[in-house]
Amino acid sequence: MATYQEFIQQNEDRDGVRFSWNFWPSSRLEATRLVVPVSCLFTPLKERPDLPPVQYEPVLCSRANCKAVLNPLCQVDFRAKIWACNFCFQRNPFPPSYAGISEVNQPAELMPQFSTIEYIVQHGPPTPLIFLYVVDTCLEEEDLQALKESLQMSLSLLPPNALVGLITFGRMVQVHELSCEGIAKSYVFRGTKDLSSKQIQEMLGLTNSAPLGQQGRPLVPQDAAAFCRFLQPVHRVDMNLTDLLGELQRDPWPVPQGKRPLRSTGVALSVAVGLLEGSFPNTGARVMLFIGGPPTQGPGMVVGDELKTPIRSWHDIQKDNARHLKKATKYYEALANRSAVNGHSIDIYACALDQSGLLEMKCLSTLTGGHIVMGDSFNTSLFKQTFQRVFSKDYNGDFRMAFGGVLEVKTSRELKVCGAIGPCVSLNSKGSCVSENEMGVGGTNQWKVCSLTPSTTLGIYFEVVNQHNAPIPQGGRGAVQFVTQYQHSNTQRRIRVTTIARNWADAQTQIQHIESSFDQEAAAVLMARLGVFRAESEEGPDVLRWLDRQLIRLCQKFGQFNKDDPASFRLSESLSLYPQFMFHLRRSPFLQVFNNSPDESSYYRHHFVRQDLTQSLIMIQPILYSYSFHGPPEPVLLDSSSILPDRILLMDTFFQLVIYHGETISQWRKAGYQKMAEYENFKQLLQAPLDDAQELLHARFPMPRYIDTEHGGSQARFLLSKVNPSQTHNSLYTWGQETGSPILTDDVSLQVFMDHLKKLAVSSST
Amino acid sequence: MDNTMTHWKFPLLVSRDRFRDELRMNVNQHTRMASPYGQPQPGYGQHGYAPLDGGYLAPYNGPGSAYQTGAPPQGYTPFTTFPYKAVTAHPVSDLSSPLDLGPTRGPPTSGPPPASAPQQYNQYSQSQGDIQNGPPSATQAPPRSAVSQPYNQGAMNLSGQRFSYPQHYGPPPTMQQVTNQMTGMQIASGPPTPAGPGYVPPHSSQPPVTTAYSATPLSSQTQAPPPASSASTQLPPPTGPAASQQYYGGPPPSSQQPFNSSLPPTSQQQFTSSAPPPPPQQTLPPSSYSGLMPPPSQAPAPPASQPQQAFLPTQPPFSSAPSPVSQPSFISGPPPPAQGSFPPTAPPPSSQPGPFPPLGPPPTSAPSGHFSGPMPPQQQPPLSQPSPYHSGPPPPRAQMPPTSMAQSNHLPPGPQGPPGPPGPLQQPPSHPGMQGGYPPQQNGAFGQTRGPQPGYAGPYPGQPNYGAPAPAPAPAPPAQKRLDPDAIPSPIQVIEDDKAKTTEPFTTGVRGQVPPLVTTNFQVKDQGNASPRFIRCTAYNMPCTADMAKQCPVPLAAVLKPLATLPPDETPPYLVDHGESGPIRCNRCKAYMCPYMQFIEGGRRFQCAFCSCITEVPPHYFQHLDHTGKRVDCYERPELSLGSYEFLATLDYCKNNKIPQPPAFIFLIDVSYSAVKSGMVGIICQELKTLIDYLPRENPEMESVVRVGFVTYNKVLHFYNVKSSLAQPQMLVVSDVSDMFVPLLDGFLVNVNESRLVIESLLDQIPEMFADTRETETVFGPVIQAGLEALKAADSAGKLFVFHTSLPIAEAPGKLKNREDKKLIGTDKEKSLFQPQVSFYNTLAKECVAQGCCVDLFLFPNQYVDVATLGVVPVSTGGSIYKYTYFQAQSDQERFLKDLRRDIQKPVGFDAVMRVRTSTGFRATDFFGSFFMSNTTDVELAGLDCDKAITVEFKHDDKLNEETGALMQCAVLYTSCSGQRRLRIHNMAINCCSQLADLYRNCETDTIINFFSKYAFRGVLNNPTKVVRDTLVNQCAQILACYRKNCASPSSAGQLILPECMKLLPVYLNCVLKSDMLLPGADVSLDDRAYLRQLISCMDVTESHVFFYPRLLPLMKLESGSLPVAVRDSEERLSKGGVYLLETGLHLFLWKKASVQRELLLNIFGSQSFNQIDPTMTSLPVLDNPFSQRLREIIDSFRAQRSRYMKLIVVKQEDRAELLFRHFLVEDKSASGGASYVDFLCHMHKEIRQLLS
Repeated sequence: MATYQEFIQQNEDRDGVRFSWNFWPSSRLEATRLVVPVSCLFTPLKERPDLPPVQYEPVLCSRANCKAVLNPLCQVDFRAKIWACNFCFQRNPFPPSYAGISEVNQPAELMPQFSTIEYIVQHGPPTPLIFLYVVDTCLEEEDLQALKESLQMSLSLLPPNALVGLITFGRMVQVHELSCEGIAKSYVFRGTKDLSSKQIQEMLGLTNSAPLGQQGRPLVPQDAAAFCRFLQPVHRVDMNLTDLLGELQRDPWPVPQGKRPLRSTGVALSVAVGLLEGSFPNTGARVMLFIGGPPTQGPGMVVGDELKTPIRSWHDIQKDNARHLKKATKYYEALANRSAVNGHSIDIYACALDQSGLLEMKCLSTLTGGHIVMGDSFNTSLFKQTFQRVFSKDYNGDFRMAFGGVLEVKTSRELKVCGAIGPCVSLNSKGSCVSENEMGVGGTNQWKVCSLTPSTTLGIYFEVVNQHNAPIPQGGRGAVQFVTQYQHSNTQRRIRVTTIARNWADAQTQIQHIESSFDQEAAAVLMARLGVFRAESEEGPDVLRWLDRQLIRLCQKFGQFNKDDPASFRLSESLSLYPQFMFHLRRSPFLQVFNNSPDESSYYRHHFVRQDLTQSLIMIQPILYSYSFHGPPEPVLLDSSSILPDRILLMDTFFQLVIYHGETISQWRKAGYQKMAEYENFKQLLQAPLDDAQELLHARFPMPRYIDTEHGGSQARFLLSKVNPSQTHNSLYTWGQETGSPILTDDVSLQVFMDHLKKLAVSSST
Repeated sequence: MDNTMTHWKFPLLVSRDRFRDELRMNVNQHTRMASPYGQPQPGYGQHGYAPLDGGYLAPYNGPGSAYQTGAPPQGYTPFTTFPYKAVTAHPVSDLSSPLDLGPTRGPPTSGPPPASAPQQYNQYSQSQGDIQNGPPSATQAPPRSAVSQPYNQGAMNLSGQRFSYPQHYGPPPTMQQVTNQMTGMQIASGPPTPAGPGYVPPHSSQPPVTTAYSATPLSSQTQAPPPASSASTQLPPPTGPAASQQYYGGPPPSSQQPFNSSLPPTSQQQFTSSAPPPPPQQTLPPSSYSGLMPPPSQAPAPPASQPQQAFLPTQPPFSSAPSPVSQPSFISGPPPPAQGSFPPTAPPPSSQPGPFPPLGPPPTSAPSGHFSGPMPPQQQPPLSQPSPYHSGPPPPRAQMPPTSMAQSNHLPPGPQGPPGPPGPLQQPPSHPGMQGGYPPQQNGAFGQTRGPQPGYAGPYPGQPNYGAPAPAPAPAPPAQKRLDPDAIPSPIQVIEDDKAKTTEPFTTGVRGQVPPLVTTNFQVKDQGNASPRFIRCTAYNMPCTADMAKQCPVPLAAVLKPLATLPPDETPPYLVDHGESGPIRCNRCKAYMCPYMQFIEGGRRFQCAFCSCITEVPPHYFQHLDHTGKRVDCYERPELSLGSYEFLATLDYCKNNKIPQPPAFIFLIDVSYSAVKSGMVGIICQELKTLIDYLPRENPEMESVVRVGFVTYNKVLHFYNVKSSLAQPQMLVVSDVSDMFVPLLDGFLVNVNESRLVIESLLDQIPEMFADTRETETVFGPVIQAGLEALKAADSAGKLFVFHTSLPIAEAPGKLKNREDKKLIGTDKEKSLFQPQVSFYNTLAKECVAQGCCVDLFLFPNQYVDVATLGVVPVSTGGSIYKYTYFQAQSDQERFLKDLRRDIQKPVGFDAVMRVRTSTGFRATDFFGSFFMSNTTDVELAGLDCDKAITVEFKHDDKLNEETGALMQCAVLYTSCSGQRRLRIHNMAINCCSQLADLYRNCETDTIINFFSKYAFRGVLNNPTKVVRDTLVNQCAQILACYRKNCASPSSAGQLILPECMKLLPVYLNCVLKSDMLLPGADVSLDDRAYLRQLISCMDVTESHVFFYPRLLPLMKLESGSLPVAVRDSEERLSKGGVYLLETGLHLFLWKKASVQRELLLNIFGSQSFNQIDPTMTSLPVLDNPFSQRLREIIDSFRAQRSRYMKLIVVKQEDRAELLFRHFLVEDKSASGGASYVDFLCHMHKEIRQLLS
């Protein structure tokens, strides 16, 4: 048998699933003692070029509260044409179309390699994708121009049959009608007034002209298009819209000295949500919000228009001094929920030098699966390329986005679902497999994920409910089935079903198995998600303490040591990296707000809870490559000792790509050696990290901030703040080495951290 | 020819009227003469006189002066008025009866109606009275005392003219000339005053007046023989008393005899009244009508002679006191001259002259009689008779009197004459009575006349007569079934008389002059008081005390039209810039510098004429005074020499101390289904494309700075961005009507020239865009809010043009429900229907006013739209409402477009505040019109255009001083259409009197009616219409009763005596009472009434006059250069085979009888057959014949005169539309139950009698 590493990798590749434990403790008690819950990272739409979707519909268990999908784990009686559900043990006859089934003629879903399988659902008319641009016009002329160009460009990227709409806002909110000739027509809303969805629809004239689609049933697109003048197929209004965008003016209302422009973001979103809600409920739609600053009036206001009142900082928030915070957050949450219910996602593209209210608005994207992109200006490649990448296509030429996803998790009886953490909202489906113990978004086994990309990953947490005194027979397996229904970007409805099983192990007798089945990477990310989730509602220090305690408990559980002898402490290989992850996690911007604005924190957290394992790990512990004449590029420790004069470092924190030229290299570069023919090798050396960075840039969404700096450069701080401060102004000379570069910080270094950890782990007092 | 003709006729006709007039006039005159004269005239008169004296006038002067002196109290006014009035009176009367009389005149042969002949006879028989009456009519006395004043002022000039007159004018013009002369006379009389004293004593003021009048008349009449006549007249005056008496004595008898039946009694009575008349009067009173009747009978007998006699007698009366009788008195006083003069006027001048003289003597005696007592009888009788009819006019006619003398006699007859036949009622009896003794004749009027005389005897001997005539009807009613319509005061007559009398520009220099009627074309010269085009007062002589004012409830009000457009030949107010410190004002009351300010201390300070506070003159404004205490630069500075001028306002006068932005016009167009369907939207958009080039501007060379914006709406609002940089307009839809806001700033209000292309593109597209609309609901409140917000955002004032079709039932602020409930009409709850449904619009209006947002509302309703509520904002913001019910593009387009064009182009001021300051003793207490008031003194007008009038009511809060008079200053602070902040100042000084008679002699009925109508129309908000009507009738009765009690000579209660100036009050009041507002017919919708209500509220006198008493022109003969003489609004006046044009200021009808002459049809319609004419046509075919051309010219000129375009409605007899037409025949019974003129007069008389008893 392959190593666990290989097994894990294989599982991830095939099913997009990474479990914290790959042997499951067989009782609730044991499970809780393991500290890290049984949980997994699940990437519902993991790209599977090798997986052709099947053109029929899944066979469901006939038990009303089960409805599990036929899968390779089911026992099948080929002669009786009967299959037994592996979750509820219901025996189901095959449908008539399966009459020809036999041991040699099995449908795909029964084959083990199809533990993940995708069905295309035929019924129902295809529904076009909807893109609704919500554009802030309170921008600098230059920014607005860049944004207009990006938007115009995006029209060419949209699928021709997609519906597109435009809302602009500043002091007022304008909903542009796209189908009119000769005169540009728009509906205007006051930026200060909160309107109900019904009011908005009435004001837009959407209520009395055609009956709305019944609850849950989308409108026939043609009808919808006919009656909704605001959303029109791209191919039809391409020219119109291009002109319209071209004529967009900055918000004409004068901004007096000492004031911020009045920006009615709240109402604009409300109108956007209301518009979609009214015309296209339960249809895949993307509201793309472009803002150049914080909302300054009306509902959802984040800061007043007086420039002398700065926008809230963490300091203000901690002191409960942010007067608009709660109200605005509540407002946007309500909007997000409404939007999520209808399957519409909201993207936020915020480009401003100051904060733009992401803290309050992040829920819009978090709850609806939308993107958040934060930049300094719309006139930067960061924004332009990121925006372009939203419309990137996969190997099939389909957009890497899916809409209206509903993820359902089914578990076998010993297991219950505690919750999920990711870009999802609960559908409040209280099935028999729902635990009363909530972790993340719990109390349900179904979540709505309004927008999905191939990398969208949810953390799903389980609870073992099997009682200690009811042992599971040897060799018993627990199973989990993920059923993801979604609208593919080519408008098909699809269902992807992933069914996995893991062995049960008695924690008392088979602890080694369990220990060795530990996926420390997944566990680190899953624990980090829990931490971040808590950080949203709890004080930072509490979260850190909680994380520390968990770590200590885990070390106590699995460490080998003599009591009260820190030096004797050892961890097995499968756990060896875990403390280090935790160390970096503690320093990460996901849990530390120091030096970050509330907006930045929100931005980082937002991305952290939706990226897949690899990216998440990078976020927790950035990757550092070193380039030198001494050999090929190599990853080096994220440590101050890696910062050497004759090295070029490339750090990837997911959000930033930092190329750092060591002192010597930097001097050479300044001297211009790379331009001299005889120093071709130096030129190549300089070029190597650039090429690698380029590669990373291309693969990453959103585009990371690209930083080219050098020893002593101001931007070197990005690197210095990430590396383990093994050498500081305090420790430098005690180490007595010339290598590395001291970090001016009082933060503890990894060594100190580990020392404390060991001490605490072996302490008998805890 | 015509002129002469009329001339001739006039005498005859006038004569009758005269009597009446005179009678009244006397009354009036007396009073007037008394006070006013003394002061004002002196100056004028003297100057004027001088020349006069020199000439033939000399004698005149003598007399005149004498009279005047006597008259002083009645004073100048009387003089002026008298003459005029007399003249007018006559004319009026003439007009009423003109036709008849005219003919009679024979010389007058031209005189149309042969029928009159008999009358003439009668008149004659009655005595010269009739004849005399004729003359007065001829003079077409402008009843207004104002005229008289001008004369006084102009006296100087006039006198000069006079001289020339005879020569220049010749007989024809005489009428006018007469008046002028009259004035001159008066002037002359002015000087005479000295003599007067002697005179006066006996007759008091009246005599003088009369004399003056007589003199004037004489002169005028005499024109030809001026010198002699004048001399004679004048002479008589001096001798006056005696002479007059003699006249009376002598002539009276004779006259009486002739008159006997008719006039004599009355006149005599009057006179007698003064002295012994009582008995006769008593007898006569009853037969006033009869009296009239008798004349006819008598007439035949002594026609020629009588007339003469009449004159004579009349004169005496004048001289005596009867100035009212004016003519008589004149005759009497100046009999010889007067007669002489009269005669001339009289058609048969030559012959008459002779007769007159002779008569003169008798008259003189008569006059003396008046004075003395004995004579009176004769004159009185005549007077009384005339007076009844003219009751109102007499005073003014006083001037006429000379002629009227005879007329006066006639008057009674006149009335009788025409009615004669009808008159039968009383007349028949009267005849006998009359003949037997005067008493019988007078029964009605006569009797009364006599009554008056007694009263009169004292101060206003003649007056009673004046009043007397009218009453006749009342008493008559029972007996007579019906009054003769010709016997009652005729509006047409009054109007024509005034026209004839007004030949000179009206100069405003003299305080308290009554201006010519609004129906008269005249030029105004501003010499220190505001032109009547800006300010018209109900009374130009205010009672001095509140008690007096209370006693005679004549409303004291002024109709202000601050931005009125002046005719091209008058200079618009000058713009004065006092520099950075702003206009010079009184420190205490803040009155603006005006001609009344008195500079003292060598010019270093000035004393405020309003509050007497003394204020330093700023150094830069200092100027030395001349020896008279006037500033040397007085005539270089408009604010020191003119009645109206403008100041450039400084920053202190601007909102927020910022120079105002140029105003903006916002067009808000309903694009709901009905609006589109009716074609309204298309028409507006098409029209606006050209109209935007005609936005108001001050200098036609310049581009208008007014910016424009466009909004369309149904249930939601569509704003348009028409910024010049856009390739195509942008439409911004605002559906949040519950909380209106303006969605854009830049590009909404634009300069027309910059954005022309975009605007045109927009206007092209609007009709297309909504061509298929199915939206039927509309909003309204948010529409105005939108405009308001837009103006707020632009920080400017401006005007909204809202084009709206239906009741706003869509869910929005200001949503209305249909509350039209016919069942409520006539109940106590009816008033609620005129109040706004919701208070929303009141609040909105307030906000609009604060911003200077004026709203003009164009309604195109197909059903009830609740004008009462929708109109709240326009009415409060100084806007206008236009209503086009059942609008159809084809037929109503022209009317709507013309209105729209005019509305957009007309001069307008924004964000205005008006304040009326008054001198101590009275103050402005109430205001009527389209505006908003947040306190009790400031009238706030978001917009004020050239058509808007504001009526202000005054009340006493202290005693007024006769010497200083009453001053008012109306200051309007506004933003001109070029964005300049200005102050327009109008100053007005009027007289004050301690005698009620003066008040009655200086009233303006049209203005009073204007006030009453506004008062009443506002009253319906709080009272049932019945109560409102009763209140009106009651007040009117009180006014007349008061006159009767205090100013008219005693007469029998059965006699109706109307003041000359108010003789039309009943007929006009009846029109008001019958209006759709107060007495709606079944087919009059609530909206129509609410619409009318607001229309009236801002009408000026010209509009309200024609609105209540439509102009009805016979079209059988058209001549270029002059309009046919209008006929009275009664079906009886419509001749067979005729075609008539009727205009009300809102409607224009062309009515034709079924039997219309084919030729006429051909000329007008180019069609032979009556039936072929399309009743739906709205414009006449353009035919190439003079008749058609002229008719179209007339129609065009009518339309040009009115602020709203009148759609031509062609009505055929027995057509459905005829009902509508008949509705405007206001002298007839109305379908809704309104009384006919005659009936109402009777009713009024009854009321008066009740009050008196």
